[in-house]
Amino acid sequence: MITIKELTEKPELFTAGHRACAGCGPAIALRQIMKALRGPTIVTEATGCMEVVSTIYPYTAWNVPWVHTAFETAAANASGIEAALKVLKRKKRITHEHVDVIALAGDGGTYDIGIQALSGAAERGHDFLYVLYDNEGYMNTGIQRSGGTPLGASTTTSPAGTVIPGKTQHKKPIADIMVAHDIPYVATASIGYWQDLMAKVRKGLEVEGPAFLHVMAPCPRGWRSDTAKTMEISRLAVETCVFPLWEAVNGEYGLSPISKAIALKPDRKKPVEVYLKMQRRFAHLFQPKFQHIIKEIQDDTDKRWNRLLKKCNIPQVAVSKT
Amino acid sequence: MSEKNKAILTGRHFFSGDLACAEGALAAGCRFFGGYPITPATEIAERMARRLPQVGGTYIQMEDEIASIAAVIGASYAGLKAMTATSGPGFSLMQENIGLAVMTEAPCVIVNVMRGGPSTGQPTMAGQQDVMQAKWGSHGDYEIIALTPSTVQEAFDLTIEAFNYAEAYRVPVMIMMDAIVGHMWERVTIPPADQIKIVNRKKPQVPREKYAPFKPDEDLVPPMAVFGDGYHFHATGLTHDEEGRPRTESIKTQQTLVQRLCDKIRKNADKIIQIRETMLDDAEIAVVAYGIEARAAWSAVRKARNAGIKAGLLRLITLWPFPEKQVAEVAKKVKTIVVPEMNYGQLVREVERAAKTTPVTFLSKLGEEPHKPEEILEAIKGGKH
Repeated sequence: MITIKELTEKPELFTAGHRACAGCGPAIALRQIMKALRGPTIVTEATGCMEVVSTIYPYTAWNVPWVHTAFETAAANASGIEAALKVLKRKKRITHEHVDVIALAGDGGTYDIGIQALSGAAERGHDFLYVLYDNEGYMNTGIQRSGGTPLGASTTTSPAGTVIPGKTQHKKPIADIMVAHDIPYVATASIGYWQDLMAKVRKGLEVEGPAFLHVMAPCPRGWRSDTAKTMEISRLAVETCVFPLWEAVNGEYGLSPISKAIALKPDRKKPVEVYLKMQRRFAHLFQPKFQHIIKEIQDDTDKRWNRLLKKCNIPQVAVSKT
Repeated sequence: MSEKNKAILTGRHFFSGDLACAEGALAAGCRFFGGYPITPATEIAERMARRLPQVGGTYIQMEDEIASIAAVIGASYAGLKAMTATSGPGFSLMQENIGLAVMTEAPCVIVNVMRGGPSTGQPTMAGQQDVMQAKWGSHGDYEIIALTPSTVQEAFDLTIEAFNYAEAYRVPVMIMMDAIVGHMWERVTIPPADQIKIVNRKKPQVPREKYAPFKPDEDLVPPMAVFGDGYHFHATGLTHDEEGRPRTESIKTQQTLVQRLCDKIRKNADKIIQIRETMLDDAEIAVVAYGIEARAAWSAVRKARNAGIKAGLLRLITLWPFPEKQVAEVAKKVKTIVVPEMNYGQLVREVERAAKTTPVTFLSKLGEEPHKPEEILEAIKGGKH
């Protein structure tokens, strides 16, 4: 596992000076991801916050070849790049041992508009790493709900009011959907656990065939959270098991170290309330009339966590009482 | 407050074009919105997300624009007045389903708050670059109706009319609003409910066993049963006969159907087309403009008059069907025509076609700003004989 010292010696391929907001989770994710590359890499990126903030004239934050593709087609564009690279390699026009391709998209570009291209690319088996930076909403257009927005979150198109308690649907289990594609590598990662994240990026690049990395990356603007608490919130998502860290290698699920520690010592599992409380997009849930939503979020989190433990062949443990 | 009262916010308001458009839809009876966020149309979705539940309607945020328009067609067939709002890239994604709405004659309203293209272009900047796409974006021969507001009040008024046209002619109606009008804030007066003219789709007047979903009345528009009314209903994107049965190998059916789909708009064009003529009676030079450009043009025409030049303004409210006759009549009267547009030459081609031998000067503007009145004035002066 990489050390801090080694990290500082890695080149900055996603540079400082971009225009992301203070405390932006996705920008931190990109910096970490781009420090985990193994060689020449091409990035294709769907429309989204990171595309906008990283390429404002006359600057670019990208020190690798980078292309902005249409919102729905990051994975399809990556398919074309990868297929062409294969041909060039076969014809010996490329002499590098490997040229990696990363497709990058947010939750809107992945859960919603981009899932068709993603599913197609996974089925065809292109050798590329798809990175989903999940800030749980369309933040670039001003905080609308997406298929990745969690239950109860207030957004401008799922506004919490006197009757409706924010978004009324659950978050789509996107990483599990990708595991079901039977691709060689799927993992979840958090910017709060950077060593784990970087190791997973590298693994995703190294496997032959499609790899999918789901990175949880808080958005202080959209989550209405303290810009100084991005890392803390990221870690809480993992510690509450709202966003457990795991990887599925050739379809076999296994928990990553931090989540495994929680599985083995269930007392370390924190109640979702502590996570929700730090984000004002959930503030309305703490009114008496919406408190049942918090319980629903807790129950759903527990249900999914226990389901994950089963997949990882870890005996189910008693749900921690809050 | 009843749901109806909540839907029509009678009184004076300070709205952006986007908000006025959403309120116009609610006043027209729209109760379904298939949304997907995109700058600069997002505010319409946001407003509808908040407002529709208050009036017993439904806002669904779809997974993309293809899904948005498809859901709108579904909702329309299920009996609701339905709409969606988007901008350039989303409008492109909708094109196939716009063809389906034309073919299955599903009344619906599609708002395009126009930004700069092509591709992602300039999301936060205004344009008028999709006005030809509105007519020609989907494949095959068809006619739609497209309206364009110049003021925020008009964004409200025309949205109501858009629903009325959609219901009357069973056709997708587009509101082509440049992003300046979409984001501009002005005063809007919403009249009392009883002063708002509402048109609803024709219901079948025949016994259930005799109903043919695509058999037109004299106005070429078939009455529309909705799903669940008890009528046998079969709708398809394939070429179909009056019963709605696919006839993919019949030359006659294709000829009859496509012709009727076009003719129900073409033959009613006089009833549909709206224009505004200002100071054209004695004009020697006419400016033909629409959307925000018409406001700059109006200022230029006044300036020209002050300078003793006989200029006038023909403002197009209906872009499609194109006001061919109206433009031709003006062209006959004047010596020259000036067309300012926020694109690189689109509707000007239609103006040229209609103007025949009258010379047309085109003014192009790309990238957010409309023409300055002075720029149009220069062109007016240049055209003065």
